[in-house]
Amino acid sequence: MSRLSSRHLLGLEGVPKDDIVAILDAAETFREVLDREIKKLPTLRGLTVLNLFYEASTRTRISFELAEKRLSADTISFTKASSSVSKGESLRDTVQNIEAMKIDMVVVRHASSGVPYYLTKCMDANIINAGDGTHEHPTQALLDMFTIRRKYGKLDGLRVVLIGDVMHSRVIRSNVWGLKTMGVSVALCGPSTLIPYGVEMFDCDVYTNIDEALDGADVVNVMRIQLERQKAGLFPSQREYTALFGINKDRLKRLNRNYTIMHPGPMNRGVEISTDVADGDQSVILEQVTNGVAIRMAVLYLLSGRKEEA
Amino acid sequence: MSSKKYDLAITGGRVIDPVLGFEKEASILIKDGLIAGVEAETAALRRTLKSLDPDQIIDATGKLVTPGLIDMHVHLREPGNEGAETIKSGCEAAAAGGFTSVCCMPNTRPRIDSQEAVKFVQDRAQNASARVYVAGAITKHIDGQELAEIGDLVKMGAIAITDDGHYVQNPEIMRRALQYARMFDIPVMQHSEDAFLCEGGVMNESAQSARLGLKGRPTAAEEIAVLRDIALCRITGSRLHVQHITTRRAIDAVRAAKREGIRVTAEACPHHFVLTDDEIGKEFNTNLKVNPPIRTKDDRNAVIEGLIDGAIDCIASDHAPHSAEDKDCEFDQAPSGMIGLETTLGLVKTYLIDKGYLGWADAIRKMTADPARIFGLPGGRLSIGSPADITIIDPDKKWKVKAENFRSKSRNSPFIGWTLTGKVYRTILGGRVVYEG
Ligand SMILES: [Zn+2]
Ligand SMILES: [Zn+2]
Repeated sequence: MSRLSSRHLLGLEGVPKDDIVAILDAAETFREVLDREIKKLPTLRGLTVLNLFYEASTRTRISFELAEKRLSADTISFTKASSSVSKGESLRDTVQNIEAMKIDMVVVRHASSGVPYYLTKCMDANIINAGDGTHEHPTQALLDMFTIRRKYGKLDGLRVVLIGDVMHSRVIRSNVWGLKTMGVSVALCGPSTLIPYGVEMFDCDVYTNIDEALDGADVVNVMRIQLERQKAGLFPSQREYTALFGINKDRLKRLNRNYTIMHPGPMNRGVEISTDVADGDQSVILEQVTNGVAIRMAVLYLLSGRKEEA
Repeated sequence: MSSKKYDLAITGGRVIDPVLGFEKEASILIKDGLIAGVEAETAALRRTLKSLDPDQIIDATGKLVTPGLIDMHVHLREPGNEGAETIKSGCEAAAAGGFTSVCCMPNTRPRIDSQEAVKFVQDRAQNASARVYVAGAITKHIDGQELAEIGDLVKMGAIAITDDGHYVQNPEIMRRALQYARMFDIPVMQHSEDAFLCEGGVMNESAQSARLGLKGRPTAAEEIAVLRDIALCRITGSRLHVQHITTRRAIDAVRAAKREGIRVTAEACPHHFVLTDDEIGKEFNTNLKVNPPIRTKDDRNAVIEGLIDGAIDCIASDHAPHSAEDKDCEFDQAPSGMIGLETTLGLVKTYLIDKGYLGWADAIRKMTADPARIFGLPGGRLSIGSPADITIIDPDKKWKVKAENFRSKSRNSPFIGWTLTGKVYRTILGGRVVYEG
């Protein structure tokens, strides 16, 4: 029995405000636990969580595994390298085999958009999307929102600028849906070749000029630029990307003093973000990482329907 | 020689012959597999019929009696993927859908790019429950590089050429294909989508692809492809048949080319005039993954407008069977295509006729006379002496599409569970009943 309106977290599109608030509030409690000497709770004792990582992601996987362990869940991990995928076994067969060993929740990362939804059709477990293709990455957006809320005490009325590969970024998509639900004004910025046809569907301000995008921003959330996109010819060079869209001290001059710099990591320092900004006073990049564990604890806890025993 | 005067009589139905512009109650008499008479329905005729004592009488009262339907775009998967469909099962599906003639696409394995391959299909189709016409490949191996031996293919019976599934990307090769095919006066069918613009795309490029994070195939890819081929038709004077057309501007281009006198024809598929890409939605239903993709409402409306004003000549299913295993996977990994033979008629009735876009006669023409005219086939009309290929339709019968009722070996239809109106009552091939609904 989930304490949210759904028993899965597949994305943030369509997730009601009450659910988001419930996750952020629960994360506050777990965030405190992370600062204690004994960081472990018995909340998910007896539950087994499968971390199904078809796409490499050290950070997200560690963050989830840590969250699971902090809640005393049993965990197993499946990564593509150790799988029978190369032997041609279908995704359905793979997950149904593992589920037959009795698991309760699945955290899934996959290169194909829509896989978390597909898993809900293949198995009974609660599914948590840890990033699907270029679709959504809801826990990343939740931890971004959590970090912002902790700093400003609210989300409503703020202006957040998301900079980078709007077309392929699942982090941006999840942020857009979550932030808009919470009453945040959202601006998107990136090279026009990386802004998808149909972007109007997100109902955000869209910029290709970074200085215009930054105008009035409270939060600047900088996305990692994938070097493959340059090889695919979607922008001419890393140098030009940095010149047009790189975030550095100079560009941030126009912002009010209380602005916030975020980045989901891993960073290409000197490409999308300069080191002095990444390590500067306004950066909450490492705070995001810590908060990520609390958010994932909150999501696991709320979807499990277990009673909190903290 | 049969001792009876007639083998079969179909009485009491409303007979539609779009070529003759004929729509009235009549009886059809069949002998030796051929249509022997079409007579206005009268009490006198009914009395005479009794005395003529045909072997079999089908009472078609309340039904429509039409020329056997023709589907010029189906994939029968044999040789190479018999798990998804065979020529035999595909023809059973055709009969169940009211089709007495189908044209199969050459993208089998091996490709239908040689006389032997054409012969193979023809042999397998010998006693099947539909007539199978073969479209040969445009290029050897369908790799877009070198012309296939088109003369040989035609000699063996191929009625058209196409590299369906692939667009002949090189304009010079396409120009030669058109020029060469002109010698045999066959249409060159084209799957019109610029390959560079579609590379990696798995759905329509739209607000929905932006939302779902799926790579899109832009409408411009089809528009460019169609405009290029029209330009090539203009200088070659050849015949181009645009397969499964889907976009407003491509349809506009065909409409304008026809007005100019260029010999271009087009077909549309039911899924493109019924569905929109909104339906892919959160479910990532791989049965909705097709090439060309299901587009937006505006493009869907343009397809319907094209069917109404004749910019689009015919309706074809692009029946593309895939096994359940092949479709049961990640959306971007799934093969493209849906089956269509058994749902086409119901979709045409429910979404074109019942909505007032087409009358029965026009809809039937687009599935009989027009494809027959474009591809030079004998069917498509109910004239005396022609093969008795006849479809009897129960026009108002409501039915639910059920996976277990498909005759096709595959079940990849997004319409499963839908309720449609208009169902096949009997399909008659050469005077023989091949399907009873
Ligand atoms: Zn095609
Ligand atoms: Zn096709």
